[in-house]
Amino acid sequence: MNFPGSGIFKGMVVSAINLFGSYFDRAHAKRLITEQYPEERPTLPEASRSFPFLVFDGDPEKGIRCVACKICEKECPPQCILIEQDRDENGKLLRRPKVFNIDISVCMGCQICVESCPFESIRMDNIYEVSSYDRFDSLVLPKEKLLKSNEYYHSIHPTEAAETDARIEAARLKKEAAAKAAAQKMAAAKAAAEAKAAAEQSSQPESQA
Amino acid sequence: MTEADGAGAQTLDVSLGPQHPSTHGVFRMNVRMDGETVVKLQPVFGYLHRNHEKLAEGKSWLGSMPFTDRLDYICPITNNWGYALAVEKLAGIEVPDRAEYIRVIVGEMTRIQNHTAFLGFILGDMGAWGSALMYAFREREKILDLFEGLTGARMMANYMRFGGVRCDLPAGWLEKARAYIETYPAFLDEMEKFLTGNEILLSRLQGVGVMSAERAINGGLSGPVLRASGVDYDIRKVDGYGVYPRLKFRVPRGTVGDCFDRFMLRILEIRESIQILQQAFAQIPQGPILNPAVKTRGFKPPVGEAYGRIEGPKGELGFHLVSDGGEKPYRYHIRPPSLINLTLLEEMCVGTKIADVMVILGSIDIVLGEVDR
Amino acid sequence: MTLTPQTVLDRVHAALPQARIELLNNPSPSGQHSLLVHRDDALEVAQFLKNDPELLLDYASNVSGVDYPDHLEAVYHLFSIAQKQGPIVLRTRTGDRSGDACLPSLTPVWKSADFQEREAFDLLGIRFEGHPDLRRLLMWDEFVDHPLRKDYVAPEDYEYEPTPHGEILAKISAPASQA
Repeated sequence: MNFPGSGIFKGMVVSAINLFGSYFDRAHAKRLITEQYPEERPTLPEASRSFPFLVFDGDPEKGIRCVACKICEKECPPQCILIEQDRDENGKLLRRPKVFNIDISVCMGCQICVESCPFESIRMDNIYEVSSYDRFDSLVLPKEKLLKSNEYYHSIHPTEAAETDARIEAARLKKEAAAKAAAQKMAAAKAAAEAKAAAEQSSQPESQA
Repeated sequence: MTEADGAGAQTLDVSLGPQHPSTHGVFRMNVRMDGETVVKLQPVFGYLHRNHEKLAEGKSWLGSMPFTDRLDYICPITNNWGYALAVEKLAGIEVPDRAEYIRVIVGEMTRIQNHTAFLGFILGDMGAWGSALMYAFREREKILDLFEGLTGARMMANYMRFGGVRCDLPAGWLEKARAYIETYPAFLDEMEKFLTGNEILLSRLQGVGVMSAERAINGGLSGPVLRASGVDYDIRKVDGYGVYPRLKFRVPRGTVGDCFDRFMLRILEIRESIQILQQAFAQIPQGPILNPAVKTRGFKPPVGEAYGRIEGPKGELGFHLVSDGGEKPYRYHIRPPSLINLTLLEEMCVGTKIADVMVILGSIDIVLGEVDR
Repeated sequence: MTLTPQTVLDRVHAALPQARIELLNNPSPSGQHSLLVHRDDALEVAQFLKNDPELLLDYASNVSGVDYPDHLEAVYHLFSIAQKQGPIVLRTRTGDRSGDACLPSLTPVWKSADFQEREAFDLLGIRFEGHPDLRRLLMWDEFVDHPLRKDYVAPEDYEYEPTPHGEILAKISAPASQA
């Protein structure tokens, strides 16, 4: 088929197949793939990420994992994190943040804070409907809005959260084992010292004799 | 109406862009025309300039990685790769095999989606704004969905790390990718039926913007634009970085060096990329994905400098890095293929009609995030 | 012939004995040692590197400027497409960082250096003599400083520009704040 204009004709056939095909293969999602957002919402893949949040275990006040070490603040490439360490009534620094702000109008969702956090406390969320009328009040997220439970973390990134929990559990067991070993060592040392003292006491009369 | 030039001929100066649908962003050209024929063309840059190189001097070595995503935002993963490769050269870091295969897989998928988008864009530049672009973007979106499943983001992947990649392939991802790549040639055949025989397309592309091999080399063209001029030069073959020496593929090249050669070359490159992907899917080994010797925090390469380059979808993407042994780069320079491929834009355009300028610019395939940095 | 900095240096010495060129060691594992050529001889050496049938360094891939405390450098990464070899790193040094920050342009030899030399001029202030069209590339023409230099002081507010719009805005908001 090589008459003049045959290339254009072939192209039009392809157009027609796509036009009419889009009415029929909706189930295969081959030609008509537009999602009718917001009526139809996409299912996000597990790895999907948008902005960071802070994980807590159990109670949002006591269970916060963040210790305000400020590593993420330093590592954040666009510098969108602000952390202030909390103090008790005597002015002594506590291992928890008083202020933890993330400016999500600056944040670029790169996940470097997550990778640099040694305490498994900051993780990526997958929210995406965060538009607002005001740049300053609603896009700077304070600690209260950032804190989300470990259960929520499990609901959005199940595989990653399970791995994190396993790591924390392993670290806890290791610490416990180390503490146990240290206690045993202490006890052994104490027992040895007692035995030595007893031996000395019992040997003294012999030497006197 | 500015200048009387020659024997009573009047020339007209037109500022094309920066706000113009066919300049692929905020690119501007000052064009002098005699009637409709271009006699002089001067590109103007800088509308998207953010001094990326200066920003990088104030960040940690890893901190620049997410910024490389934003250079050529059509193919962020290969930008990551170029930077990671340069730092690995600078610090002498080995990359595990599995990570190299993952890099090849995502890199070639990036090439496919870039060239697919190109097929749509160049049709837009020729005035066929619509079907071709939509078909191309429909397929590109499916690759971006795969990227989202792997890296967490459609475009701003931030996926490579010095000495490997950030995360392993999720369960089932490889099967999904393989299944998708198997359907891709059918789409490409349909696209070829749709486009390459089209008489209007042929008359708009053939013989337009011809560039000789000798001039192309001297002007520093790279990637598909260089190979379309008939130069057999592919950095994947020449440098043999990553695991490319283990993979079999051909390097297509053009004969005339016109816009049609550049157009067809991309289609042929997609076909070769599919070959590479199928081999990589079959060969990918199990194992670690990251060199454990590389620290996430406080990474300090030794004193010295290195130039690392990869064959990006748009051409040679190079990073020239100078380290003073500190946590931050002393100098961080990017060799952007999009910018340097524009060096010969004037030579290609002079003597053609104004409408061809858009097609020539489209056939070079630029992204302004990379041109202006 | 395998191109290494040493073989290239020997070849240049043999052909151009008067050219001041030396090998600079690069301590990095990359092992990309460079050739430092005196700026007065740079153009001649560049011509030789490109045209010599043994070297054929026909492709100047990358040009970057580097700012050091007492001088500026232009670094050229040369490849040979004909022989598929490289990179050979060629560098030239300016006399100082201000009055004598001049280097010969290699754009007449390799056209690909055109935009990149303009960029180095724009961001670092290296004046390339003999460049066909030395203008700012990325910053606007009225801009005075060179932002990529180490001693560049960034303004407090990058986007501040005195526009009538700003004054009008101040006038509108002034009575509101008094009330």
